[in-house]
Amino acid sequence: MTSNEYIIEARKLTKIYTMGDQQVHALRGVDLEIKHGDFVAIMGPSGSGKSTLMNLIGALDQPSGGELFIEGQPLSTMNPSDLADLRNRTLGFVFQQFNLLPRADALQNVKLPLRYARHDIGDADARARECLKMVDLEERMDHRPAQLSGGQQQRVAIARALANKPRIILADEPTGALDTKTSEDIMNLLVELNASGITIILVTHEAEVAAFARRQIHFRDGLIEKDERSAA
Amino acid sequence: MKLSVAIASAIEALTANILRSFLTMLGIIIGVASVMIMMAMGAGAKAQIEAQISALGASTLTVRPGATRRGGVSQGAGASTPFNEDDLVAILDLPFVQAVDGQINSGVTAVSGQTNWSTQLIGTNPGYFEVQSLKAVEGRVFTEREARTGAAVAVLGQSVVKELFDGIDPLGQRFRVNSVPVTVIGVLQERGQSGYGQDRDDIVILPLSTARNRIIGAHPTTSKHVSRVEVMVADGYDMPTAQSDLEDFLRERRRIKPGASDNFRVFNIADFVRARSATQQTMGILLAFMAGVALFVGGVGVMNIMLVSVTERTREIGLRMALGARGTDIMAQFLTEALVLCGTGGLIGVGLGFVGAWIAAKTGDWSMSLSVQITLLSFGAAAAVGVFFGYFPARRAARLNPIDALRYE
Repeated sequence: MTSNEYIIEARKLTKIYTMGDQQVHALRGVDLEIKHGDFVAIMGPSGSGKSTLMNLIGALDQPSGGELFIEGQPLSTMNPSDLADLRNRTLGFVFQQFNLLPRADALQNVKLPLRYARHDIGDADARARECLKMVDLEERMDHRPAQLSGGQQQRVAIARALANKPRIILADEPTGALDTKTSEDIMNLLVELNASGITIILVTHEAEVAAFARRQIHFRDGLIEKDERSAA
Repeated sequence: MKLSVAIASAIEALTANILRSFLTMLGIIIGVASVMIMMAMGAGAKAQIEAQISALGASTLTVRPGATRRGGVSQGAGASTPFNEDDLVAILDLPFVQAVDGQINSGVTAVSGQTNWSTQLIGTNPGYFEVQSLKAVEGRVFTEREARTGAAVAVLGQSVVKELFDGIDPLGQRFRVNSVPVTVIGVLQERGQSGYGQDRDDIVILPLSTARNRIIGAHPTTSKHVSRVEVMVADGYDMPTAQSDLEDFLRERRRIKPGASDNFRVFNIADFVRARSATQQTMGILLAFMAGVALFVGGVGVMNIMLVSVTERTREIGLRMALGARGTDIMAQFLTEALVLCGTGGLIGVGLGFVGAWIAAKTGDWSMSLSVQITLLSFGAAAAVGVFFGYFPARRAARLNPIDALRYE
């Protein structure tokens, strides 16, 4: 059963992929609770199931078994449109490869989630500008992705994730394509956002990056191997 | 998503690959232009036919002595007993008959001063002008009295006026028809060509008796004969009924035994023209079908390019879904692109259709009739093609699994 204490709750979550005639057990019955406002790093070697879990939490994929609750709502009861609205309102995605629309400028990229919003978003332009200001890119809003550095592009992507005021940010290797210095800036930005109350879930295989989180969950062979909290 | 935003992003996506979009559009442009030209052609032909029918008189029946059979050999039209002036009087007495005329025709030479002109003589009674709904634009037509007394008065068609009295007022002028002097009392309105390419303004009309007795020359056996009878059915009478009543009346008058074949024929001119136009219509349907095929092929091109576009932009679709786009949003996006593509092609096609129809009307022997209806229909066809052929690719995009789309390489 769920409790309001947790923003994300997984119960005996399994995911099986069929590749040819082979079945791959990516998740083998994961139980997990994540508190409101936490900052969690999910770690593990490739094929450990960390990305699979991320995709399930992001409502981008469906589990083979078990149940996943986001803000107390079981995802299995939602239809595709409800899931789309969940992704739109509650979740914000940050990707390794930024995934910005190349022919749209920064402002238009940030406005994209607002286009699909079904709730009242007020002035979309003003909101997108506000989000770019939060990531310190207000003066670059008319630049296209190609005119921005990697770090700047990732900040635009974070501004985009913030557009609909999400409660959760899902960051899948957000620093994977960035140098060390820029990675640090991005991580500090995420820490800042976490401090403002947004729950952050981060997938990474770099210990230095994971160190920014308050909780580290290690995956191996589709199960949680280690679940620890940082000191301090 | 707002419509204006959707259209703006569709235009953006299409202009990203402008040559490809244009080539795709070309199929729609050609399809719409040909649909439009074919429809204009069809409408033009129909209008021409209707004009012919109304010029000939939609309520006119033509009566001719018909083929008789003698020992199994058809004697050809006109070989049986001709109609005569007494028949005209009797037909006029029928309740459903508004007017009746009988004609005799002959090729004649009209001479005025130094000018002479070969033309067609029509000898007829004043009923002719009513049956043919002809009015004199100058002067008047002849009266019953003039017809009875065999007055030497002539009503001319415009072409004859032009040949004989170019630049001078023809009214009151005297000229000779096969050396018989007559006076011009009226000039008819212009009628143009007949359906057979005959100049219907190249005529001289005289009273029946004048033409027969003084110009063609009456033979004892042919006195009072007319070669052709035209009957105008009064308003409010059904044409097929009138036609069969007239046939019954003539059978009785010509003492044809029940079961024997008629020795005359009654034509409904409108039917005659329509039958002749059936060939034209078949041709029109064939052309319209081919235009439809062109549009269909254009639509397949649109579908093809939309499928390519969906595949190319799979990752973009995945991203949009991750950001909260529903299946319907993605569907709307690609349908809008297909519609913008076909709509633009449709507009250009309509423009090209106008130009094409204009050129065909100017240079060819086509009568074109363009209307708002045809324009809207052609453009609507393009939009329909957009929806129809855009639907499948758009649905395919909408049904993608978000994670599969996002991970697509």
